[in-house]
Amino acid sequence: MANSRTNHCDRRGFLKGAAAGAIALAAKPEFAGAAEAQAPAVALPSAQSLAAETQAVSADVQGLVEDHPGSDFMVDVLKHLGFEYIAANPGSSFRSLHESIVNYGGNKGPELLTCCHEESSAFMACGYAKVEGKPMAIMAHSTVGLQHASIGVYEAFGAQVPVFIILGNTIDAVARRPGVEWSHSAQDAAAMVRDYTKWDDLPISLPHFAESAVRAYKIAMTPPMGPVVLVADSHLQETGMTGHAPLRMPKLTLTRPPAADSGAVAELATLLVAAENPVLLGGQAARTPEGMRLLVELAETLQAPVSGGTFPSRHPLRQGGGGLIRNADLIVGLDVSDLWGTVNTYLDQHVRRSQLLTKQGAKLVSITSSDLYLKSNYQNFQRYTEVDMAIAADPEATLPSLIEAVKRLVTPERRRIFDERGKRLAAASIQALEQARTAATFGWNASPISTARLSAELWNAIKDHDWANVGGVGGGPLWNMDKHYQVIDGGGVAAEGGDLPTAVGAALAHRKHGRLAVSIQKDGDFMYAPGALWTAAHHRIPFLSVMYNNRCYHQEVMHIQRMANRHQRGITNAGIGNRLDDPNIDYAAMARAMGVHGEGPITNPNDLGPAIKRAVDVVLRGEPALVDVVTQPR
Amino acid sequence: MRVIAMLALPLASTLLIAAAALEAQNPGSASNARTPPAPSAQGAPTGDVENGKKIYSSYGCYQCHGYAAQGGAGPRLAPRPTPFAAFLRYVRLPTGQMPPYTSKVVSDQELADIYAFLLTIPGPPAVNTIPILAR
Repeated sequence: MANSRTNHCDRRGFLKGAAAGAIALAAKPEFAGAAEAQAPAVALPSAQSLAAETQAVSADVQGLVEDHPGSDFMVDVLKHLGFEYIAANPGSSFRSLHESIVNYGGNKGPELLTCCHEESSAFMACGYAKVEGKPMAIMAHSTVGLQHASIGVYEAFGAQVPVFIILGNTIDAVARRPGVEWSHSAQDAAAMVRDYTKWDDLPISLPHFAESAVRAYKIAMTPPMGPVVLVADSHLQETGMTGHAPLRMPKLTLTRPPAADSGAVAELATLLVAAENPVLLGGQAARTPEGMRLLVELAETLQAPVSGGTFPSRHPLRQGGGGLIRNADLIVGLDVSDLWGTVNTYLDQHVRRSQLLTKQGAKLVSITSSDLYLKSNYQNFQRYTEVDMAIAADPEATLPSLIEAVKRLVTPERRRIFDERGKRLAAASIQALEQARTAATFGWNASPISTARLSAELWNAIKDHDWANVGGVGGGPLWNMDKHYQVIDGGGVAAEGGDLPTAVGAALAHRKHGRLAVSIQKDGDFMYAPGALWTAAHHRIPFLSVMYNNRCYHQEVMHIQRMANRHQRGITNAGIGNRLDDPNIDYAAMARAMGVHGEGPITNPNDLGPAIKRAVDVVLRGEPALVDVVTQPR
Repeated sequence: MRVIAMLALPLASTLLIAAAALEAQNPGSASNARTPPAPSAQGAPTGDVENGKKIYSSYGCYQCHGYAAQGGAGPRLAPRPTPFAAFLRYVRLPTGQMPPYTSKVVSDQELADIYAFLLTIPGPPAVNTIPILAR
């Protein structure tokens, strides 16, 4: 900030000054270490609003009106932090903030997104952050709203994505309206989600709100990223700005992601260059396009296979299968959410057994910022992994120095060995793609439609566009993913109901880039909060949702079948309580009812390609579309 | 921004299953996959194809292996199913993730019926006859 004078918000003085073009609302914040985090634009008020806000107020209405509610300043804070969107199902506990966003803030930066469920708000914020790499804000009641949103907040925590949650609440009991406002207030509103959020606060003044908002944003954006909560007290929202300490915008400086120390980098580089069969587990290493480029550079320097993660799907070094792990003499996990489960097998039989996949003497190394931050109650952190070297750092921030260290150690002899290894891996890659093509032919003309056919038909329709998968089910081995933004899945807590709103949020982020957003949408997931589809229609968010409609909660069908077999009884009843038929759900009709192009149900595989093509044309015109496909179970 | 680790990907949640099924059973070339072997070559007892088709579905085989036995969460079963003796042994005492089907819930004869049904499943079209799969 330039100086304290320009950061004090005497609104009337500010507005007059703004009219003269003399000052800016807030100094440009510094966003060290985050190229994508630009200083937010703060719109100057129009001449009309200047006139309305600077004219004299009649004394007899002063007890009835408030020209400068605290929520206006809260909007200034949101603009200062650069939020593009704020998602909410409307609620009276944040009515003043709502009004300030749409009127004082001009409903732009942030723009309010109308959601039909707080769970949708939270998941939309997850999808948006996975694409944009920065948080969307959401608003909710501190009690009933957050209870609805809770699963989406847990998803954000598990997937390590930043989400900025603002809760409406009334802490002062005598300031509450009788009745519902008591039900919508809590002593410690954030307590409900404290086990799976990174930080929260209950500001009691506007300067406190500004400071905590900036702190919350910074914490959310520090790896491992995650959701944060800020309680916006309704009294603070609705009361005027006068009486507060001078209002100013604290400078935001993002924390630079932690990189590995030089000793650890040198040691790991030595191991990598010496290994005969190293394997890189891509995990969640690549947070940005540059991260993907760096991961490719490291793999190519070593001619080492990469399994998982944001790594081009048809790159010759992209490999998979348990054989990689079994043959490896060095495995490097780059922010892998379940490293134990990757290097062990586990049988879900009555007597549970696990087996380490790695061979004797193989070394295991992890690089993850998760080692720097862990909570105890919710168990999404998976089993403890016995590694030979644990580097508590952000993989992407570590890759540049690791690549340089590796390059310094590569001798001509090692280069020759690397090249031979690369040729073997390239041949295996070609063979794997051929096998995937052949595999897709089995059941090709079956009805219900095979998932491989669905994947192939969808790929055929999008492959010539700038596409992006916005969640749900992955496209599979036939899809050629070579850009960072083309996949968003990862981590997470396997929460049903999140795929559709996550897709809508991610598609929203892709919209300004003109990308063709597509998702393969599970039917069971869709039914949790289908209103997210209406949000897409209402806000003109183009994306294609292809229903993977197997007419059941099929994962649960298999679990009940497993139990029935284990108990040796009733193996014909596994669908009871799991099927989504009788009557069948008409998803295309649901889509059309919400103003979305809907086709289906498609049962003849030969009808699928043309239906998807028509839907893609709709999406390319800027609208959402849904194709209901009745599929095989898996 | 955050992406999934492929090796950690639960099989049950992905269309990659088809590839997993392929690993579980030798991939036939498109040409030889068209011709299922004669039942006698498999050493299977005589089975009732219609009943096998019916209980393949009602007993839940389709859940992991697909209605066309093309594979899914479990490996592909047809065409060219594994020899009956191995098929029977694995169903009774699976060594992987498959739940056991003991003789209390499915008889040997019913397994023979299912096997007879699997033998009737034709091979797929050749990959090069499918334009969107052809290179």
